[in-house]
Amino acid sequence: MSTALPVIQGDFGVHSSVAFDEKLAGYGLELHAAAIDTLQVNVGKLCNQACKHCHVDAGPARMEIMTRETAKQIIEAVRKFRIPTVDITGGAPELNPSFRYLVRESRKLASHVIVRHNLTVMFGPGLDDLPEFFREHSVEVASSLPYFLEHETDAQRGHGVFEKSIEALRLLNAVGYGIENSGLILNLVYNPVGAFLPPPQESIEADFKRELWSRYGITFNQLYTITNMPIKRFLDYLRRSGNEERYLRKLVEAFNPNTIDGLMCRNLVSVDWTGRLYDCDFNQMLELGVAPELPQTIADFDPVEFAHRRIMTGAHCFGCTAGAGSSCGGAVAAR
Amino acid sequence: MNYYDENDLGHFADVGKHRPDLFEKFMAWYQACQEDGALSRREKALIGLAVAHALQCPYCIDAFSQSCLEAGSHMEQMTEAIHMAAAIRGGAALIHGVQAHNSVNKVSM
Repeated sequence: MSTALPVIQGDFGVHSSVAFDEKLAGYGLELHAAAIDTLQVNVGKLCNQACKHCHVDAGPARMEIMTRETAKQIIEAVRKFRIPTVDITGGAPELNPSFRYLVRESRKLASHVIVRHNLTVMFGPGLDDLPEFFREHSVEVASSLPYFLEHETDAQRGHGVFEKSIEALRLLNAVGYGIENSGLILNLVYNPVGAFLPPPQESIEADFKRELWSRYGITFNQLYTITNMPIKRFLDYLRRSGNEERYLRKLVEAFNPNTIDGLMCRNLVSVDWTGRLYDCDFNQMLELGVAPELPQTIADFDPVEFAHRRIMTGAHCFGCTAGAGSSCGGAVAAR
Repeated sequence: MNYYDENDLGHFADVGKHRPDLFEKFMAWYQACQEDGALSRREKALIGLAVAHALQCPYCIDAFSQSCLEAGSHMEQMTEAIHMAAAIRGGAALIHGVQAHNSVNKVSM
């Protein structure tokens, strides 16, 4: 229970960055990038699922997907600047015709490749070889599984998703993913199933490991806790359920200045399906591009110009700084 | 005036308006009680949820339901904690039946 409940001023959206920037200033902080080590590629909004918390608003009816021409521009940037990590997301990125091209070419260039894989997509037509494809290219797999129980998982991701996800995890384990000393990394991603903050990453990871092993014989490497971001479909849910003000207040109240150094926007650049550049995937969904003084597209990208850049913020940034913080790699600080 | 309003939870600090020293002491103690110790925060949140139900305090039920979720508990665990509260309350009522027996025995032949 709190003794002070600061309220976000004004409209909650890309136009209300003042509250976040003021909060930082109150701690003598500013948000600037460090060196860029990751290019996060969002290949589009097409997905076989339509999860209730999705900040992309992705789904089976979405038509916005990356062309081969844009994919080639990305690979050219990876080649030219020797980008250490290519993090491929969507939607379900495997549904994009250029997905395998991006993986193969990035790996040829010796970049580490992470795929944000939703598990169930491997049961779609022509995709049953995905575990083998991932293994062949030593891809790091990061898969969403909001809980180790069916009720919670299906409530967020749709009826029947839990059962399919468990089967997919078994198939990934079968080719070596998540198995000790295999070198094949399978990380799981936890999102709260509702309008509350994630539990401590270490304790919920222990629960997932114990429960998935004892119930299903499944193993994995790490669990990442990610805070639900109050934008797009999750914001719609907050509004429909009458939780918007309370959730936003909770994020602001839980602001933790120790998260700033570890925020993902400091080390990555996000590129959308058209080749436009952003400071993170959330800014991308809000169409809040990189600072106007910087190159705006992947064709003009230069990591030297992007290192130490000022990062565009919005009130949604409170989602990444609440509690232990939140990033594509999970919690970023002690609470 | 509504006696119970969920927004009142956010005004808890107002209770400290006239004696902030006492309220600050309470808050320091209240928060220290919930930290990890011999019991984990998760266990303490479940105890808090059970006590909240025993006391039937809507503010505490709301706050500790959230605390349980944010500590990683699921509804099956939370429901077991609530049943513990209910069972102890039920048992506490029932054990007083002995007093009724004693009372009746005292005046009976």
